[in-house]
Amino acid sequence: MLKATDLHTYYGQAHILAGVSVEVRAGEVVVLLGRNGAGKSTTMKSIMGLVRPRAGTVEFQGRRIEQLATHRIARMGLGYVPEERRIFTELTVLENLEVGRQAPRPGAPTWDFEKIGRLFPNLREMPHRPGGRMSGGEQQMLTIARTLMGNPACVLLDEPSEGVAPVIVDQMAEAIRGLKSAGVAILLSEQNLHFAMEVADRAYIIEKGAIRFSGTMAALAANAEVQAQYLAV
Amino acid sequence: MTVLLKVEGLTKSFGGVRAVGNVSFEVTAGELLAMIGPNGAGKSTCFNMLNGQLAPDAGSIEFAGRQIVGLKPRAVWRLGVGRTFQITATFSSMTVRENVQVALLSHHGGLGGLWRRARDAHVDAADRLLERVGMREQGDRPCSVLAYGDLKRLELAVALANRPRLLLMDEPTAGMAPRERVALMALAAEIVRTDNIGVLFTEHDMDVVFAHANRVIVLNRGQLIAAGAPDAVRADAEVQRIYLGSRH
Amino acid sequence: MSPDAIAVQFLNGLAGASTLFLIAVGLSLIFGVTRIVNFAHGSFYMLGIYVAYSLVARFGGTVLGFWASLLVAALAVAVIGVVVELLLLRRIYHAPELFQLLATFAVVLIVRDATLALWGPEDLLGPRAPGLKGSVEILGRQFPQYDLALIFVGPAVLGLLWLVLTRTRFGILIRAATQDREMVGALGVNQAWLFTAVFALGAFLAAFGGALQAPREPANLGLDLVAIGEAFVVVVVGGMGSIPGAFLAAFIIAEIKAMCFAIGQTTIAGVSFSFSKLTLVVEFLVMAAVLIWRPWGLLGRPAAATRNPAEIEAPISPADARTRRFGFAVLALLIVLPAFAQAFPYTLVLSIDILIAVLFAASLHFIMGPGGMHSFGHAAYFGLGAYGAGLLVKQAGWSMETALVGAPLIAAAGALVFGWFCVRLSGVYLAMLTLAFAQIVWSVAFQWDDFTGGSNGIVGVWPAPWLSEKWAYYYLTLACAVAGVLLLWRVLLAPFGYAMRAGRDSPLRADAIGIDVFRVQWKAFMLAGLVCGVAGGLFAFSKGSISPEAIGVGRSIDGLIMVLLGGVQTLAGPVVGAGLFTWLSDLIAREFAYWRAALGLTILVLVLAFPLGVAGSVKRLFAREAA
Repeated sequence: MLKATDLHTYYGQAHILAGVSVEVRAGEVVVLLGRNGAGKSTTMKSIMGLVRPRAGTVEFQGRRIEQLATHRIARMGLGYVPEERRIFTELTVLENLEVGRQAPRPGAPTWDFEKIGRLFPNLREMPHRPGGRMSGGEQQMLTIARTLMGNPACVLLDEPSEGVAPVIVDQMAEAIRGLKSAGVAILLSEQNLHFAMEVADRAYIIEKGAIRFSGTMAALAANAEVQAQYLAV
Repeated sequence: MTVLLKVEGLTKSFGGVRAVGNVSFEVTAGELLAMIGPNGAGKSTCFNMLNGQLAPDAGSIEFAGRQIVGLKPRAVWRLGVGRTFQITATFSSMTVRENVQVALLSHHGGLGGLWRRARDAHVDAADRLLERVGMREQGDRPCSVLAYGDLKRLELAVALANRPRLLLMDEPTAGMAPRERVALMALAAEIVRTDNIGVLFTEHDMDVVFAHANRVIVLNRGQLIAAGAPDAVRADAEVQRIYLGSRH
Repeated sequence: MSPDAIAVQFLNGLAGASTLFLIAVGLSLIFGVTRIVNFAHGSFYMLGIYVAYSLVARFGGTVLGFWASLLVAALAVAVIGVVVELLLLRRIYHAPELFQLLATFAVVLIVRDATLALWGPEDLLGPRAPGLKGSVEILGRQFPQYDLALIFVGPAVLGLLWLVLTRTRFGILIRAATQDREMVGALGVNQAWLFTAVFALGAFLAAFGGALQAPREPANLGLDLVAIGEAFVVVVVGGMGSIPGAFLAAFIIAEIKAMCFAIGQTTIAGVSFSFSKLTLVVEFLVMAAVLIWRPWGLLGRPAAATRNPAEIEAPISPADARTRRFGFAVLALLIVLPAFAQAFPYTLVLSIDILIAVLFAASLHFIMGPGGMHSFGHAAYFGLGAYGAGLLVKQAGWSMETALVGAPLIAAAGALVFGWFCVRLSGVYLAMLTLAFAQIVWSVAFQWDDFTGGSNGIVGVWPAPWLSEKWAYYYLTLACAVAGVLLLWRVLLAPFGYAMRAGRDSPLRADAIGIDVFRVQWKAFMLAGLVCGVAGGLFAFSKGSISPEAIGVGRSIDGLIMVLLGGVQTLAGPVVGAGLFTWLSDLIAREFAYWRAALGLTILVLVLAFPLGVAGSVKRLFAREAA
């Protein structure tokens, strides 16, 4: 489905990604774990074309996309949910969803407001609420819902559990499982190992811009040493 | 040991969200104190209050016995607090040496000069500072072409220009190659020892933290949740929990 | 001042607000989405009037024909807007902000001459609207029916726009892109298409605003700059990118102007004062006040301006031996120049103009380049210097020599006051505030008949007898120009210049090493004003007169072009740019009837070919050779 190989990304002179490779297969939830500053967000932005890797390739559904404009990548069915949420605060819930809307796509589930309402019941209650007047958790749901309106085959989900109340974290986990069962592949970035355990099939651990571990969640759960070295204090 | 910085009850909210709440700690001369915590823990907010970039809602910050809340960053600097930034802030249109010379000129009150050439001012002192951070041979290079690690070292030299007694380093090793990280922090540690100054730094890289910090404080969601020797902090159950996450 | 006069003026204000809103809202939309400050927006307005004039003359006999003509005129201009966007703006979305401004200004020049070629220089007043030719009686006064209709156009367009923006996908995308363009792209929207569409919409609205004026106001070639000036003010006052803000600001400004007319001549504290004369300046006073009180405008939000950073600058250094030799050679040439003046008497006149331009441009470059403050109103200090010199001689009876010393001090005093406000802002807002102050200086000169001579200006400002020969005055100018430029260079290489660049490169770091960036910039502003005042004083005595024309917006823009042409990043840039620009525009103006268009095309070529400016590009070429 999605395969990034040997990405090298710089911000100015700072070398942020030093050869990151990740892969997501159809129907899979893959988590990219790491402390903050490890390179999780940069990996996602590099895949999405929001920052240009200096070297490396990205393949999506068999096509090379690392040279494509961001909107073209999005049009191919690769959705992106940014860490900072970046909802349009002046726009209502429905309008935010409208911005994300794309034509139905063969081979990927199609979404509308009603179907999204089943995934995030809170949003169904407030179709005309401006984004700026929603709670952090509601905004987090909206940013995911907005991306789903593009009927993506695969979604990059950057730290969905960060900065939201525990009860919302539960809903996020529920929603991710829902997406998976609907047939959307997901690359998720997280700091929270336990949250990742609940939703993901496989994990990569990233540290200082390089992948340090790759394996199933079960293998990671059993590996206390890796946990301590890259995730714990 | 002398207490250099004494922070008490520091609090700051942004639009109803409490970014930093009632944080208290001290930095003493001769120590490297690490401030760690997950994203959004309030580390940068804390830092920006310490050097006067942000005004706290409540709390007190004493530097060398003097209240510095309400002072502008430039006034805080004049009292002897140096700072490096997470994203390096240097003068890109100047050479490496000129960057340090500007700081030295400012320290000696000579930046109003309209006639004498700036590049002839404090050359030796600038070179000594560059020597100290290992950048002397690059003194004539434009700052804009430096490698990232070198920029960080230059920033350190600039921060040292006014002989600070306290150095605030915000993510000093972010974006550097692993070997450079160790070298930079070793340098900072050596400066702490020889000059008997205090250093407060934030850091993501746990290798750096545990290799160099004398003490560690941990922030989470704006609260100070642990403080102490590195090993004690590492063993703290609460700290482990916020780093690994858990089912609440 | 009677209640009925106020009521009628209030209605007049509403009619004015409609037009103002139409121009400004398009500018605001374009800025919101593309982040381009479109100087050519006033040109779209002007084209709207001209095209509507022609169409109405032909088809405007019937009610349907008239209104269809207005719409078709606006649509035609929208198509021109699309062409401009596709051919020019697409190439420069990632260029530094100043280059974008320069490029759109080149469009202004080209459109101006194209209009001249197609419609001629005469003012053209369109026929009145069929069915709305009469007037109605309001409180015993006659009020034109057409103006009454115009009052409803503004709110109607606001309503329509509101519908488009909230009910259509296009509108929702515009609002989303105004907040976060990148995110809109990440959701699969092609920004390029969106930008073109918004640009077309903006051009349509401006042209429609113009077309509506065709029966009310004669079309003339100066309308583009007048319109863009007013539109800028409205957009800045309302808040960049805010549509309700543009409406509110248009209303406030139009009404304040109308009330100034209503009050007219009045006596305050025993002094007779004409409020109607305030109308030229009142909008700029409002803008200055708003910018100081709410720097992001009435309904705007304090968003971090997304600016394209200029290319990183190489460290500046004192001239090396080769450059020095070249400099001395040029100087030697300039010193012996009068010897050849017998054969080509015009050479000295042009050279004096060039030297004055050099001083003017060098002082602008000082704050714009190393200072990082983009001034759009440098003519203010030129004007203060020129008028200062003239007034000191004519009103205070000073000698020419002392007046030439006094003039720069007056300019510096002006810069002291204006600078205190300006250095608090940055980016486009700073540029607009400098423009506002320049406009205030211009308006005072233009309106204060008793003191400044009004539109005629001050005449008979001649140099002292010993300088009356052209060659003598040339040497004086040469000495002042060389001294001024060397002084500025010296300061740039001195600690103060470094403090300035420090504040520009990284305000964060500058503050963190004890530099009071505000004070440094303020002082820089003053020094630039001082040197610019010398240029103004020299100008007044070289022409023997000074009039408002010489200190208008055009002068500020000439300065910008000179600096950008030469290259912001090089010390020699403004000198080369001023020489090249003055010589070129003199040459073109004498050789071609359509010199503006030629100049505009030249600017476009230069902008697209030499993004570093001429001197910068030459320097880079040499650097490459040396490497």
